[in-house]
Amino acid sequence: MTLSTEIGALPQRTEAEETARPRTARPLPVAVISAITVVLIIGAWGLASAYALVSPVFLPSPRQVVLALYNLVAKGFVDATLAEHVGASLTRIFGALIASIVIGIPAGIAIGTSRVGRGILDPIVEFLRPLPPLAYLPLIIIWVGIGEASKITVIALSMLPSIILSTSAGVRAVSKDHVNAARSLGASRWQVLAEVVLPSSVPSILTGIRIALGAGWTTLVAAELVAATSGIGFMIQSAAQFLVTDIVIAGIIVIALIAILLEYIARLIERRLVPWASHR
Amino acid sequence: MSVLTFRNVSLRYPARPGRGSAGEKLVLDTINLQIASNELVAVIGRSGSGKTSLLNLAAGFLDPSAGTITVDGEPVRGPDADRAVVFQDDALYPWLDARDNIAFPFKLKGVPLAERRARADTLLDRVGLANAGDRRIWELSGGMRQRVGIARALAAEPRFLLLDEPLGALDALTRTRMQEFLLRIKAESGAGALLITHSIEEALLLGTRVVVLSPNPGRLTAEIEAGFNAEVLNGASVAAVKASPLFKRMHAGLTGLIHATSDEEMAA
Repeated sequence: MTLSTEIGALPQRTEAEETARPRTARPLPVAVISAITVVLIIGAWGLASAYALVSPVFLPSPRQVVLALYNLVAKGFVDATLAEHVGASLTRIFGALIASIVIGIPAGIAIGTSRVGRGILDPIVEFLRPLPPLAYLPLIIIWVGIGEASKITVIALSMLPSIILSTSAGVRAVSKDHVNAARSLGASRWQVLAEVVLPSSVPSILTGIRIALGAGWTTLVAAELVAATSGIGFMIQSAAQFLVTDIVIAGIIVIALIAILLEYIARLIERRLVPWASHR
Repeated sequence: MSVLTFRNVSLRYPARPGRGSAGEKLVLDTINLQIASNELVAVIGRSGSGKTSLLNLAAGFLDPSAGTITVDGEPVRGPDADRAVVFQDDALYPWLDARDNIAFPFKLKGVPLAERRARADTLLDRVGLANAGDRRIWELSGGMRQRVGIARALAAEPRFLLLDEPLGALDALTRTRMQEFLLRIKAESGAGALLITHSIEEALLLGTRVVVLSPNPGRLTAEIEAGFNAEVLNGASVAAVKASPLFKRMHAGLTGLIHATSDEEMAA
């Protein structure tokens, strides 16, 4: 019933409109529409700063931001070049990624394969999952100190739930026939786990890692805003304190670009590693 | 010579947990069946007659509620490589290519990589897929997949092949070719076989013996000897065998038997 009313509510093109439209006109591809949007936004930004509609202190011109970006790469800001800030950030996120994979995959397998494992780990994961990482950052700093360890711990904690949950989901989704086939071919319990359950969960685990990277990146920047002496988040925070808004905006753009790049690399790895995922 | 024996085997499914015996479903009732290495026992029956449960018991995926299943006198305790299963939906591993799927049982035994690949290549050759070793599973046709599945089962060097409607998902032309293939490969392997099928024709053509399973609860209601598989192995064409008067007469007889069981059910 709802469906029919919804369809009825859709604008219906009349026949006259249909014929009035030239046959050669093709609808604009989404990518073109997106590109136009981006150009319009940057254009509006340029105009707003050119006519000083907003104070340049708050909104530097696009040219200034590009210049700031160039200076960041060439000379740096607060004792480090852009590459060094980005390097510090990436080291943290990959350190945390490795830690959360090493802990998360076995934990996910335990949840997916054992009643006891699920009983023990489920409440911990369910408690951790909805918590904003910044809520426990102060506690982690008290416990671990203000060094790298506290940042890596917080980022890893923010990544863990999605890796654990996607691993356990993958483990639970393993085909019964795949498991039975292995058993009837002589596989032991451990062999079933290593040769069937784990490989068949890889697509799900990789998806979890991709989501974790997104969550980790968000946490990383936030953690660096609060407590760090290097890193892209720290750079933005320092620049903001001196009202150097062009660096702030340049930093934001760098953060976005790295996030997009990480996502792209993760998808590339997925396609390379599990080409069969789409053929199940 | 090995023998797989069902002795007074029954299987019950509890209808709902915690309700005692009330609502229990008797799936298989007092099955007695023997399969020897030189046999291919075909089980036919309408859907719901417990054919697949029978195979799952033989495989060790299910435990009987009563009675015993033995291989050469040894009780069956769970699945084992001496009873390799071929599934209707092939159950091949998509993360492995065709060769490594076949080599899977060798890997389980710890055979070194080079050797297990070489042995898998021999099996690929035997099932007529000599050039398909590097192919991904999704690049293979249904018939080719089943050949890989059968080769994988043979790699486990089983005493018995448990065939769960292996040709059920194939188109008619491929199916006829695969029937002959299955007969030859089974004969070469020296393993006994239990074939579950819903096709009377297939049961009659492939089985050295055909048993009829009647539903609700599953009981063995008829057992007939069939010799058509020997004719095919001796070079007679499958089409000619299927067209022979004796084949047609036995086909009609079996059809009658299966329908008789369903009529009884309706009367009751």
